[in-house]
Amino acid sequence: MSEKKYELIVIGGGPAGLAAAHSAWESGLRKILIIERAKHLGGILNQCIHNGFGLHHFKEELSGPEYADRFIKMVEACTDGNAPEGIEIMTDTMALNITPDHEVYVSNTEGYRVLKADSVILAMGCRERTRDSVGIAGSRPAGVYTAGTAQMFMNIMGYSVGRRVVVRGTGDIGLIMARRMKLEGAEVLACIGASDHADGLARNVNQCLKDFDIPLLLRHTITEIRGKDRVEQVVAMEVDEHRNVIPGTEQVFDCDTLLLSIGLIPENELSKKAGVPIDSRTSGAVVYENNETEIPGIFACGNVLQVHDLVDFVTEESIRAGQAAAEYVLGGCKAKTSDTVFALANGENVKYTVPMKARMEEIGKFLEVSFRVKKIFGAGSAVVVTQGDQQIARFKRPYMSSSKMEKIRIPKALIDKIDPLGEPLTVSAVEEVE
Amino acid sequence: MQEIICIVCPKGCHLMVDEENDFAVTGSACEKGIDYGRNELQNPVRVLTSTVRVSGCSEEDSDIVRCPVRTDGSIPKDLMFDAMKQIDAVELVAPVEVGDVVIPDILGTGVDIIATRTVK
Repeated sequence: MSEKKYELIVIGGGPAGLAAAHSAWESGLRKILIIERAKHLGGILNQCIHNGFGLHHFKEELSGPEYADRFIKMVEACTDGNAPEGIEIMTDTMALNITPDHEVYVSNTEGYRVLKADSVILAMGCRERTRDSVGIAGSRPAGVYTAGTAQMFMNIMGYSVGRRVVVRGTGDIGLIMARRMKLEGAEVLACIGASDHADGLARNVNQCLKDFDIPLLLRHTITEIRGKDRVEQVVAMEVDEHRNVIPGTEQVFDCDTLLLSIGLIPENELSKKAGVPIDSRTSGAVVYENNETEIPGIFACGNVLQVHDLVDFVTEESIRAGQAAAEYVLGGCKAKTSDTVFALANGENVKYTVPMKARMEEIGKFLEVSFRVKKIFGAGSAVVVTQGDQQIARFKRPYMSSSKMEKIRIPKALIDKIDPLGEPLTVSAVEEVE
Repeated sequence: MQEIICIVCPKGCHLMVDEENDFAVTGSACEKGIDYGRNELQNPVRVLTSTVRVSGCSEEDSDIVRCPVRTDGSIPKDLMFDAMKQIDAVELVAPVEVGDVVIPDILGTGVDIIATRTVK
């Protein structure tokens, strides 16, 4: 039996995969397959029942499932005379391997198959860090969950999860789950973070913690979990500026549940199997200006590329990846060769940049660069783009925080001033000196 | 003068609200933030989201037991827990479409509780 060959296989049916597939269709591809390991499309949005999604993309405030629903319907509506069956969707299907020449090995109830494609978009999202990654000692009773797992138990399966809750970590999912559990009748004793500010968005500190009088305990960590079958207590301690615990500061919380919201890890096992180089700063693929990885015809977008705060920006990035995949396939699947590739680098107070490389002649009206800063910048700060000693561009910012991804758009006219063979284009964050 | 963080959008503007000067708002990047700041000190409102039981699903959605819902607009902040009680009492029967009214005019606020997921 000869397998159908696809123009594009999208790995993952969450917000990134849906937007990428839809955009590739809009850009002219007709043989598109989305592979999703869960039973339903929509990814993590299905359990993110809170509001605040879509303000940028749809100009209205939606819940996560609503945002997903719109994209699912847009993908389902992709059909025409040339492709009456539209975009093919395989749910309950696990992608096991991807090869550099775009073969995708999959497994589902119909068995194991090798699918071929002209191009692949990586849209696998990310997973949560666990207690091991912050080294919490103690016993291993029931009641210790990552915030996202608790969110699934509560919002998808309808379980109550716990009655007296401590949240370790101040990421958005942790803040949102603190509010959610409080609304469902649980007592939330504290939200505990090691740094001097919350990792989540300021609006979530406000509407999830302050609204419900949930204490935010900063510069603290959990040092011990106690309990035999179920969590009975956790011990919190203050930490110094090097994050070492300060002896004598123990506080014991009587609780039955500990939620962990301590960061996300892009799920790049498949990318690595395909030989895609991974950037150590983002834990995502090294990509060019069009979201193409170092392997021609393989693109990456969404949380598998860099951890986002907002689904709207995942959508924007994924539309770009879908367009780039379509351009690659419709252009005859030729690898781009360019002798004007320049690197982007993170300068002072910046953690990383996406993309990491760009091809001079491929840049349209502007080059968009996403990054995160390392600390909080107040009014009168700026993002500075330099090459060597030369300033290429400067963007004023009223406020910047590591909790929020920043973006700049460097106009093509300014990019034209750089020497592609020179030093990397460096993005830094500075306090403005007036 | 009170400083509050705007929750209208993820930008999180730092607003200054002058309660002695007709709740004048500064520091907002948009009109919505000005409305938010003015309301927040006088009559704070929130969008409430939760889930309700759903049954009678088709084979395709046989694993779905909860349907997410939200207020179709903002309700007074101090009514959130009362609204949760009413939401807890609801059970939907599939099919459900996004936007279906689950509870009309919750607690006399003029705001409906609507479904936010399609369940077949």
